[in-house]
Amino acid sequence: MHLTEEEKRVALEQTGNILENYSRERGNLIPILQQVQEKLGYVPLVAMEEVARHLGIPAVDVYSVATFYNQFRLIPPGKHQIKVCMGTACHMKGGNIILDCWKRRLGIDVNQVTPDREFSLERVACVGCCTMAPVTVIDEEVHGKVTPTRVDGLLFSFGVKILKGQQKEGEAVEEQ
Amino acid sequence: MKTVTLTIDGRTVQAREGEKLLWAALENGIYIPNLCAIPGVKHPAAACRLCFVEIRGYPRPVTACTEPVVEGMVVSTRSPRVDRLVHTAFELLLSNHHLDCASCPRNRSCELQRIARERRFPLRVKRLRKLERNLQVDDSSPVVRYDPGKCVLCGRCVWVCREKGTGVLGFAGRGFERRIATFGDVPLGQSGCNGCGECTRVCPVGALTGKEA
Repeated sequence: MHLTEEEKRVALEQTGNILENYSRERGNLIPILQQVQEKLGYVPLVAMEEVARHLGIPAVDVYSVATFYNQFRLIPPGKHQIKVCMGTACHMKGGNIILDCWKRRLGIDVNQVTPDREFSLERVACVGCCTMAPVTVIDEEVHGKVTPTRVDGLLFSFGVKILKGQQKEGEAVEEQ
Repeated sequence: MKTVTLTIDGRTVQAREGEKLLWAALENGIYIPNLCAIPGVKHPAAACRLCFVEIRGYPRPVTACTEPVVEGMVVSTRSPRVDRLVHTAFELLLSNHHLDCASCPRNRSCELQRIARERRFPLRVKRLRKLERNLQVDDSSPVVRYDPGKCVLCGRCVWVCREKGTGVLGFAGRGFERRIATFGDVPLGQSGCNGCGECTRVCPVGALTGKEA
């Protein structure tokens, strides 16, 4: 995932602003990272380096904390955020099959974004509507009883065309 | 420096006051399995769960690396409870360890092999399912070869990299994803590692090995 120069500049500027409000104690690390994520929607590596410099700790320590907690995302969110439920009910109803479908169709893994930044994929715990399992939440909209065909249908509703007969395992989506 | 006298496996030994039991035992030639212990570190990680011992008067086994020696302490390094705990911890470590001893550069100098020999544990996983991870070997550095599939996450390399190296190593991720990584998971060759090779000397297994050796 490559960030544009503009994104890096914004990230550095915003991180700089946030750091002004925090003293140089290590205990501030998580609140700072949370603030960065709130402002930017994600925590880029350039911001982590900046935070490490401010707190006087190795950059890899910041990376360690940011990768440990699920709440931090390291890449910018896609235009549409796809969240696949992996709660108990959805798991029993084949949530992992649905997740695999999304992965295959989008050509990305969990916590990644498509190269065109259209879709990002996440796995979430229970979203609270277990009777509709397996559930996928796209942006704020909940889709229940999802099947592999429904995955294709949902992608189609976003204008993504999957060409008939060209659907191979692990194949990236053809966008028009 | 005050010394204290204690008994380990029926042997009377002397140790410096405040020293941790593990080091007192090792210095007196009594082997206690250990992977994550680093001499002189104030707050041991106690992460490997291999150095359990029984101490008379204690309700249950304790980790020797965190227990300071006390005058008159009576320690036993083996007991059915200790053996069971250590064996389980050992088997858990092996369950995600890429067992490839025959072609491993650390064959015969590996801590896991030593523990297996000392405690008569088989070097294979019997009760657990093997976790196959198929992780890529990082061959990018001119001096260090990093094989994450063999890493036991003891943290010795992270510590020594900060003490003597450039401090590029750290932990990343959580759970099964936990790994020794550099900032941004870049290959060692591009991480700012200066190639001092200290990590290859402290690694108890074949995860970080020197290339010329």
